[in-house]
Amino acid sequence: MKGGGLRAYALVYLLFLYAPILLLPIFAFNSGTIIAFPLKGVTTEWFAQMWGNASLRRALTNSLLIAVSSSILATCLGVFAARASTRFAFPGKGPIMGLIMLPLVLPEIIVSISLLVVLLSLGVQLSILTVILGHTLICMPYATVILSTAFNSLDRSLEEAAYDLGETRISAFRLVILPLVMPGIISSLLMSFTISLDEFIIAFFLAGNEPTLPTYIFSQLRFPKQIPMIMALGTVLVLMSILLLTIAEYFRRRGIAKTGAKDTGGFL
Amino acid sequence: MTTQNPGPKTTAAHRAAMAGARPMIEIRQVQKHYGDYHALRGIDLTIRSGEFFSLLGPSGCGKTTLLRTIAGFEDISSGVVLIDGQDMQEVPANRRPTNMVFQSYAIFPHLTVAENVGFGLRRDPRSRAEKAAAVEQALEMVGLKGYGSRASHALSGGQRQRVALARALILKPKVLLLDEPLSALDRKMREQMQVELIKLQRQVGITFVLVTHDQEEALVMSDRIAVMFEGQIAQMDGPEALYARPTSRRVANFIGVMNFLPARVLGETGEAVQIEAPGLGRVDIPMANVSRADPGDAGPSVGFRPEAVSLLATGAQTANRVAGGVIDEVVYYGDMTYYDVRLDGSAGFDGQARPVRIAMRNVFGREVQDVGTRANVSWSPGSLVLFR
Repeated sequence: MKGGGLRAYALVYLLFLYAPILLLPIFAFNSGTIIAFPLKGVTTEWFAQMWGNASLRRALTNSLLIAVSSSILATCLGVFAARASTRFAFPGKGPIMGLIMLPLVLPEIIVSISLLVVLLSLGVQLSILTVILGHTLICMPYATVILSTAFNSLDRSLEEAAYDLGETRISAFRLVILPLVMPGIISSLLMSFTISLDEFIIAFFLAGNEPTLPTYIFSQLRFPKQIPMIMALGTVLVLMSILLLTIAEYFRRRGIAKTGAKDTGGFL
Repeated sequence: MTTQNPGPKTTAAHRAAMAGARPMIEIRQVQKHYGDYHALRGIDLTIRSGEFFSLLGPSGCGKTTLLRTIAGFEDISSGVVLIDGQDMQEVPANRRPTNMVFQSYAIFPHLTVAENVGFGLRRDPRSRAEKAAAVEQALEMVGLKGYGSRASHALSGGQRQRVALARALILKPKVLLLDEPLSALDRKMREQMQVELIKLQRQVGITFVLVTHDQEEALVMSDRIAVMFEGQIAQMDGPEALYARPTSRRVANFIGVMNFLPARVLGETGEAVQIEAPGLGRVDIPMANVSRADPGDAGPSVGFRPEAVSLLATGAQTANRVAGGVIDEVVYYGDMTYYDVRLDGSAGFDGQARPVRIAMRNVFGREVQDVGTRANVSWSPGSLVLFR
């Protein structure tokens, strides 16, 4: 069969990627405490345990707070950066954009330690706020790239037309540019949210005593008794990710249909 | 708007009305530099109220910069721009009495046709119903009645152009600026829109300023044309004057086709210059038809349009002067035939033979001549322009 080898390769590849994730719900509903086959019986006890766990709830709220804040911050700053880089010429543009993109290639552990040193020497108390700042820093490159693409695809005369028709610079931006880059903004928010939510190293160094989801999960892995509950948590997180992506894709497609732009591929 | 309907473009009455109209745009010594690059080098220009004015030139000549200067999108380095007598120095684009039709049309893709057209009415104090009526009226004016609820991204090129026009005209600007508005359309659509634009301009009586690189478009639509090269106006005239009496060889070359033959100046009186040209012999050129040569020209030259001369049927009589020659090439276009004719003695000056192009309308009963046959070319001294 033509392409049989490639087909098999693709199949093995997908299996390797997703089979571990498929195991999550299986063990989340398994009544045995040991993560191994054969399965024992069906239970929802681990979900109940997860629900009743106060420190897990705290970690989850912290993580959500951090992810929402840093994704909004990174996206707002990304809008400024993207607009500046696509619309204006100014001295030092290349180096400035380069510095924004730098966290993309810097080892995260170096970034975390540097931030820790700076924050401590400034006398800043480690808290959720410091994690938000760190996450904003590492989300900025992604936000900037996504938003630059969105801003770049806009015809410059659209803004001029709005200005010419009597709007101010600000209202022209609000009425014309913002709705047209909205898919980019949503993509940027989503991307930053996802990056922040499962970020471990910065959270580990900068959170002080506050747990985030990844640091909490890491700390619980030492106790084999807790592992089924972590499986249940993983299942919930996977479902939520799929839900989030679906919603984002819905809005992206609706945006494309509304403006008649060409679909250049999204998440799904 | 107080401008009266100026009537059909080509009439003397229209020209007289135009000449008497008050100035709408006055541009005095306008310069624009981008660093070392001079985009505009001292532009002086007066556009009259109700006029259809074109800025014509090759790309990079500064015509779009000049238009954007009028719109307020570009600051000027020095000089004065007045619109309706008012200095525009401190007036930003959103408060100028001008509106623009962009080359890309800049239709807002996320809004419907009606929302696009009504965009400029957002700050208008009128009621919602009155605004909707104004939008419908504007759409009707450009031939898009009933298109209001359509999604703007689903429109064709010509329809987008109409939406852009309606959107600009609904604000009743004193000046409508058009930046190469027809360049994105195919030929048929372009010709149709040219006529519609002329009609529309006559109907609304607003001053139109058009930027184009298409000389035919400028000739078809304009009351007056400014031909620009390298940030300067080379000639400013009505279409007929521009075509018949270009004041420099560069303008002559840019607008339409012109034959050039080397010339030798023999003498000069107050009214005319006597020259000698290969194939044409001695000719007196009236002073009105004496123009500037290009700096790079080897010497004086004489020029004439392909349709200003004609092939004479054998045995026909004419009051014009006649030159003999041999047909070098025949190009048949259906409605027209172009002949390249080598005039007798055309190699006279420097031994170089230069065939001249002659355009003949293919009327019924006139046969297309063959390559290599002898032909008589009839021409009159008044149709020649001397560049020296």
